[in-house]
Amino acid sequence: MTKPSGHRIGVYVCHCGVNISSVVDVTEVAAQAAKEGDVVLAKDYKFMCSAPGQDLIRADIAEHKLDRVVVAACSPRMHDDTFRGACAKAGLNPYFSHMVNIREQDSWVTKDKALATQKAVALVRAAVRRVRRHEPLYSKEVDVQPGVLVIGGGIAGIQAALTIADGGQHVWLVEKEPTIGGHMARFDKTFPTLDCSACILTPKMNAVGSHPNITLLTSSEVKDVSGYVGNFRAVIETRARYVDHDVCNGCGLCMEKCPKKVPSEFDEGLIPRKAIYVPFPQAVPNKPVIDRDACIYFQNGKCKACEKICGPQAIRWDDQPKTTEIQVGSVVVATGFEMYRGPALAELGYGKYPEVYHALEFERLNNASGPTEGKIAMRDGRTPQSVAIVHCVGSRDKKYKPYCSRVCCMYSLKFAHLIQEKTGAEVWEFYIDVRSPGKAYEEFYDRIREEGAHLIRGKVGQVTDQALTDDERGKLIVVAEDTLAQQRLRVPVDMVILSPGLASAPKSLAVAQLLKCSTDKDGFLIEKHPKLAPIETATDGVFLAGCCQGPKDIPDTVAQAQGAASLALQFVGKGKVLIEGRTAWADDQLCSGCRICNSLCPYGAITFDEAKKISVVNEVLCKGCGTCAAACPSGAAQARHFKDDQIFTEIEGVLAP
Amino acid sequence: MSEPRIVAFLCHWCSYTGADLAGTARIKYSPNVRIIRVMCSGRIEPQFLLKALREGADGVLVCGCHPGDCHYHEGNYKCLRRFLMLRQMLGQYGIEEGRLRLEWVSASEGDRFAKLADEFTEQIRALGPLGGRAAFVEGTQQGGTSWAS
Repeated sequence: MTKPSGHRIGVYVCHCGVNISSVVDVTEVAAQAAKEGDVVLAKDYKFMCSAPGQDLIRADIAEHKLDRVVVAACSPRMHDDTFRGACAKAGLNPYFSHMVNIREQDSWVTKDKALATQKAVALVRAAVRRVRRHEPLYSKEVDVQPGVLVIGGGIAGIQAALTIADGGQHVWLVEKEPTIGGHMARFDKTFPTLDCSACILTPKMNAVGSHPNITLLTSSEVKDVSGYVGNFRAVIETRARYVDHDVCNGCGLCMEKCPKKVPSEFDEGLIPRKAIYVPFPQAVPNKPVIDRDACIYFQNGKCKACEKICGPQAIRWDDQPKTTEIQVGSVVVATGFEMYRGPALAELGYGKYPEVYHALEFERLNNASGPTEGKIAMRDGRTPQSVAIVHCVGSRDKKYKPYCSRVCCMYSLKFAHLIQEKTGAEVWEFYIDVRSPGKAYEEFYDRIREEGAHLIRGKVGQVTDQALTDDERGKLIVVAEDTLAQQRLRVPVDMVILSPGLASAPKSLAVAQLLKCSTDKDGFLIEKHPKLAPIETATDGVFLAGCCQGPKDIPDTVAQAQGAASLALQFVGKGKVLIEGRTAWADDQLCSGCRICNSLCPYGAITFDEAKKISVVNEVLCKGCGTCAAACPSGAAQARHFKDDQIFTEIEGVLAP
Repeated sequence: MSEPRIVAFLCHWCSYTGADLAGTARIKYSPNVRIIRVMCSGRIEPQFLLKALREGADGVLVCGCHPGDCHYHEGNYKCLRRFLMLRQMLGQYGIEEGRLRLEWVSASEGDRFAKLADEFTEQIRALGPLGGRAAFVEGTQQGGTSWAS
């Protein structure tokens, strides 16, 4: 019990159905709260966030002249805005409310009911004491810059860019490779429809290349992002291409003449490319770049074969990296994924036996524009008579990647179909479980079974060339357990395809850090809410599209990209954004002008007023972290809503006997 | 008093979200830990920890984003510097270093937060009660005697 201060506080304890009330004695919490000074009423209610629940608060504010509201319910991350809104509708400053987290941080994590109730009582008491110290705060409206930055030019970034550009906003699409297209450009067919990947992707790529609202920056990376919500400033670095794309007509003679060959990254190193190259024939932009590390001229100063043949004289040996600085209102992250390439592959003979292929190598092998022009052939040119496809390589495995990547079963089944169709070979699929959750996916699985592929439920233990019988001689033997038939199998095959899962792209991490977005333990970016805000992030104005957020198939990626685009359009289209009143300020009467806070502020929001000899906070730049307040030796710098006295009373409250 | 009393200061973006995740995943942990939310671990000033100890906390846990992940760029580094300074100072007052703990907990580490809460509770239980305000007023307190109920 504390001394009354004349405030009129209402306390509301939510049952959340039974989520809270089955563990916490909500009537007891309300009864204890009622004993605190200034508490005019304390009620418990089934669902505080429901319309009747909010109406209850509004009616009480009017009837009982409440000037402070405490809601003990779920996390403030969930419903702070809800109850602030309820207060605002009743004419109370929204910041006169405070939420107590007795669900996520009490009823859901505490076994003992008495202890859970005791904890809730303490947390509510702290809130009652804190809320008395609350001050009215006011949101500010700031302008939002037009334009959107899309990072990553795979199908997610392409779709997001096109949707935004069609919606009338300018898009800067940044791609680290010399062409857009991403992983999808490397596939031949897509499951389950067996659509030709290039046929559905390349029109979109061309649309990006020619769209008047899209500035395409390939061979480029975002190096820095600063500014604040709705007003991001991004610095983009474009690597030296050594070819002037404004002059080059894309004739391709230089690539014919170039004498230097290196393994093609696009084709998984299965065939070479030249030192001056476009990654693949349908690339956008379809103009070459010079790989400086491979180019003979850059190594020993001789050659220049490309320059000699180039009609429009587009080669620029002195080309330098270029920096572009842009202002945008919103950002879409579409940095994609990387296929898993870890040690689980080597455990199954990858790198040791030439006929053991990574799934992406097989995608290229099967691709009509790939190294064999789509002919499925072994390294010696023979057509395989039998092929084993191993699911979940490094996936659903606590040693490597514990999660399911959602696409591997389906692309592996697609492989089975294509192999049987093109070669007539016998196909063996080794799976842990077949996961086919998607429109027409289960039907596709049924179709592959009917086509005669052997589907063996069992993890492969070993791939070896050590033959035990004549049948096995000259073959790769897949050793596995058929867990349904409960027997060990040795299956001799000509070719083994390893199907690994999707891993996060290392570049995603760098981008996440620039944008202050969090990543999960597997390196994927974390959405604002896993169910109800799967596209938004904790950083306002930054949205996620595609596999940077987690493994997903092409339809889900496109859907998310369109969702991210519409959120970006909405954000930029409004032209204004509200900035919370929860910022710092410096009391000019207390400030001694020591300037400690000036250099601590991560946003440069605090400047020194030379005339008055005090520090001044620019509240539009301030994001309310409060590090200035923590450092200020005279207590002049204060973080609104997290002021010293507010925190102190909260501490007293949680510890009061 | 029969149980260790612990105050935890958690940053909003990573650690508080991580603690929420422990709840969403229904991972049970010690109810002794009472969480106070701040926007950034960089807001946590040494006085908050001192205040908690004076008001009767036997231990204080501070959690922020992992290095490099701070929503406000580098508030967690500032927190680290202040934390180390305070811990050293408290040692000179005779308060065991183990009563203060700083850990980085990300928004996806619900299980880690729960483990940490349990672990820290046991750590404080082993140290015995601090005796609250007395530790500062008398200046001689070396931890209490026992958790007699």
